[in-house]
Order: sequence, then C-alpha cells, then structure tokens
Amino acid sequence: MATATAAGVPTRKDSRLKADRLGRRPVNRTFYLMLVPALVLFTLAITVPAIMGISLSFTDSVGFGEFRFIGVTNYIAMFSDPAILSSYTFTIGFALVTVLAVNVVAFLLAVLLTSKIRGKVALRAIFVLPMVISGIIIAYVFGFLFSNSLPQLGQAIGFEPLASSLLANEDLAWLTIVFVTAWQAIPSALLIYIAGILSIPGEVYEAAAMDGASAARQLFSITLPLVAGYVIINLVIGFKNHLNAYDIIVGLTNGGPGTATRSVAMTIFSGFTGGDYAYQMANATMFFLIAVLLAVLQLRLTRGKGQF
Amino acid sequence: MTQQTLVTTTPGQVSTRRRRRLIGKGGEEHPNWPGTITLLICSIAVFLPLYATVTMAFKTTAQSVSGQVFSLPSPFSVEGFVEAWRLTNFPRGFAISVFVTLVTVVGTVILAALAAYAIARNWDRRFFRGAFFYLLAAMFLPFPVLALSQVKLTGIVGLANPVGVALLHVMFQLSFSVLLFTAFIRGLPEELEESARLEGATTWVVFRRIVFPMMAPMSATVAIFAFLASWNDFMMPSLIIADSTLQTLPVLQSVFQTQFSSNYNVAFASYLMAMAPAIIVYAFTQRWVMSGVTQGAIK
Repeated sequence: MATATAAGVPTRKDSRLKADRLGRRPVNRTFYLMLVPALVLFTLAITVPAIMGISLSFTDSVGFGEFRFIGVTNYIAMFSDPAILSSYTFTIGFALVTVLAVNVVAFLLAVLLTSKIRGKVALRAIFVLPMVISGIIIAYVFGFLFSNSLPQLGQAIGFEPLASSLLANEDLAWLTIVFVTAWQAIPSALLIYIAGILSIPGEVYEAAAMDGASAARQLFSITLPLVAGYVIINLVIGFKNHLNAYDIIVGLTNGGPGTATRSVAMTIFSGFTGGDYAYQMANATMFFLIAVLLAVLQLRLTRGKGQF
Repeated sequence: MTQQTLVTTTPGQVSTRRRRRLIGKGGEEHPNWPGTITLLICSIAVFLPLYATVTMAFKTTAQSVSGQVFSLPSPFSVEGFVEAWRLTNFPRGFAISVFVTLVTVVGTVILAALAAYAIARNWDRRFFRGAFFYLLAAMFLPFPVLALSQVKLTGIVGLANPVGVALLHVMFQLSFSVLLFTAFIRGLPEELEESARLEGATTWVVFRRIVFPMMAPMSATVAIFAFLASWNDFMMPSLIIADSTLQTLPVLQSVFQTQFSSNYNVAFASYLMAMAPAIIVYAFTQRWVMSGVTQGAIK
C-alpha cells in the first residue's frame, strides 16, 4: 500500500531510491511532516469533540459529574419537545425565505452589474461591502433603526404596522432577521452570479439580439437557464449557512419576543445552562445529520458546477 | 471579472473610461443609464446603516437621544469615541482581537499551505487522498454542532481564552483553505520543482523557496477569508472565552445592549471602531475578496 513503503521497509536509504510494487516513487518523509500537524490538530479540535458530543447524546449527562447510558431516550424526547420543534420550524422557514430573497436580489443585481453600466468597478465594490462587516454589530445598528427610526417613519406616514417596533412584534420580528441576514449574505451570492453570467459567451446574446429577442426575453431564456448551475450552488450553500443563524438573531431579537425567533443554534447553546447538556447534544447530533444530508446534496449538485 | 479587477487598483468614476478602453470592451457609446441609476438607488440600502453609524457616532449624547438618526451631527463631537474607548477598554479589546485574528491568519495560511502541498504532490497515495477528504469533512460541521463539547474541552485543557478561539478559528478555516490551496497547487507546473530537486534541494527547501512564493495569490485569498471570519466572529469567542475581560471587540459591543442604553453616540462610536478595520482591509483587498468567493464556490 501507499504507506507501507515508508513505514515497513527497514533501510530508509534504500527505500528512497526504490520504487514500490506499483512502480511509484517512495513518498518523501518531509511530506508527512507537512501534513501531520494539520491532521493532529484537526483531530483534537474537531474530531474528538464531534465523537464526544455524539457519544454523550446517548447519556443523561448534565455537563459534569457522573452520567449513565440511556440509549435513544434523548432523541425520542426531542420529537415531542415544543421548544425544539418550534426552533426547527422557525430556522428552516427562516432559511428558506432568506435564501430565496437573497438569490432573487443577488441575481438581479448581478445582471445589472454585468451590463454596460457606468462605474462598474466602484458599484461592485459597494455591493460586496456588507460581506466584510461583523454580523452582530450590523444587527445592533439595524436593531436601533428598526426600534427607533422605522416606528418614527411609520407614525409620520400613519402606517399602523410600522408605528411600533417590529422587533417587539411576535409575528413580524422574523422579517427583520431575514432582512439583515439577506443584507449580509447577498454579496457572496452576487459574486457567484457575476462569475456565472460572465462565463456565458457573448455570441449567444448577439445571436439572440439578431433574432429580435428583447432584453427581458434574453434574461429569462438565456441568462437564467445558462446560470442554473450557479443558482443551485447558491441555494444549497445559502440554505446551509442560514440554518446556523445565530449572531444576527442575538443582535436583533435575542430569540424573542418570547421564543418566536429562537434558532436551532440558540436552542443547542441553552444546553450550557439548563441542565440538559446531553439532551442538547442529541439536538446537535440531529442538526449535524441535517448538515451532512445537505452536504451530500451540495456535492452531488456542484459536481456539474455551472454546466447548465 | 478577473481581468477587470486585476487591471484596477483604485476603483472610481474618474478613471472608468480609460480603463474600459484598456480592457477593450465595446459599447461605451451606449451605457446602460437606467441600470446605473437603479444600482445607485439600491446602493442606498448598503450605505444607510453605515451612514447612520457614522452620524450617530459623531453626535453629542444629547443630540443622539433626540431620535433623529439621519440628521448630521451638530455640533460635531468626538465625546462618543472618548467614552467608548474608556467603557469597552478599547485598547485591550482591540489588542485581543488583533491577536486572535493574526494567529488565525498566519496559522491558517501555514498549516493549510503545508498540508495542501503534501496532498497535491502525493495525490496518488491513499493516505494523502484520505487526509484531504478527512480535512474537508469539517466544512460540513458547523460550530453549533460542536460547540457544547468544544467549550467543555477547551475549559478542561486551559484554552478557554483567546488562544483557544484562535486555534478553533484556524481549524474551522482549514477545510476551505486546504481545498483552495490544493486546487491551486495542482495547477502549478512541476518542472521547476523537479529541476530544483535535481540540483539537490530538499522537499522543504523546494516548498519554501519555490512553491510557497508561487502560491502567494492564493495565500492572499486564504488570508483575507481567515481575517474576515476571525475578526467578525461573535459566536465562538462569546462561548469559548470564559474571562469577560479577555473578550474580542464584537463580543464587547453587547455592553451597550444592557447598560448605558441611552448613550447612543457612545454605542455607535464603539460599533464604528469595531467594524472600521475590516472595512479598511476590504478597501485595499477587494479584488482578492471578490475572486476568493468565486473560487471557493466553484472550485
């Protein structure tokens, strides 16, 4: 096997010269030294916690002291726990709405930003800017606008739903989270769409224009189908990211009013305090399985990356 | 896009026409004015919260509580900054944020570059190929999934501090960075390395003198993503760092949500100081940021 040459051959001097059974050059030892630090640290920081978390999810641990194995009790309990179910409903619904909003806006902006506009470079730089700003801080800023400026505007124009803070509105608070998350997530989707649109050969449009296709017709019959691959990449990556929603929610509503905007991540973190450490480990494991499912989907879909 | 962004270093309206001729794109006789105007209007959505932050930050406390967010500061005041500096102990928070970010950036680039080089040049070996997919797996392991055990473990081994956060930041950046580096190294010609090796250079020397310098563009991309992820992170430091006097800048901002809640000018001055470094770095590195996103998604 690959590693046998390095590990099993007694005289290293010889092994460096001789090829193995498959006729391959032996691996230089330096390569192992380059790779092993990353692997060791990664195992300690990621793999060990992952295994520990999954194992503890089958126990009744409260985070310290003794615990015993209780099988899948935590998992069964989860399915009838309104707090957990509502956090999943909220998070999945929120992620779906956000990813759709982000992609519609990002796609339209990308179309405009790749057309013959003035100040193209500057405009692109402006629309990418939100990406580099800390989520929690921009959420605080928007939170202030939503709870002070927007109600003022609502009162001034006499529009009842806006006259009081959206953040305190149990039915509408989630919209503020969608808005701020979208504000921050649009840039990366936008850049991917720009790359997609620029990869379409110009001749396609020239031919269409010669056949008399309108700009709108070109958008829906050429641009959209030809960047379909990029749309799928953006939808899957975006949905996966939005499922982890945390920073912006903390900054805007902190899960409230009540528990109306509590995401799965926030529910998991409640395991630090509520004494249901192992229980939230089960929740995290469940969440992990969903992430894996989406990852498999992503790998399948992106294999044909942007190829129509 | 790459071509355009590579040609430009200072984007702006002034040099647009000359640049366009340079690139040789046709059609400047009929610029899309409706499109340009639509985009300018849309860009208000980007600027509005930033504008609000800046104007609020330079107001006096009295003016900031009046509720007129978008009015210009009069008188122009820096008392918000002075107070925010003192209240959040800005120098300490800044130093800790810089420390965490610096360790993350340097650690990510070095670890990922070394691992990716070993993997890319030994792709025919099962061990290296396996290591690649092993490292990649974390891309699908979001922090919330691991948080409960990581917080516990960092506490046990004495890493419930900025060092622990930096280490975890590196680990969460590793997957994406190894992916980018490996793809990049596979595109590099091997001849140069071969000839250096024939001259007697060791693998280590080949990497340091030849491969790593050639990887510079990708290192820049990897470094910027590590910088942004680390500098802006709230979730991980807020959970991992046990001692609140050792918190990073984004976490420190929560002080304004509870106490001093009516000193809006102080809060916004503090927000501005916390986000400014990222905006400044972005101003100088946009082309790497832009090309990085595309590579990350499509590679």
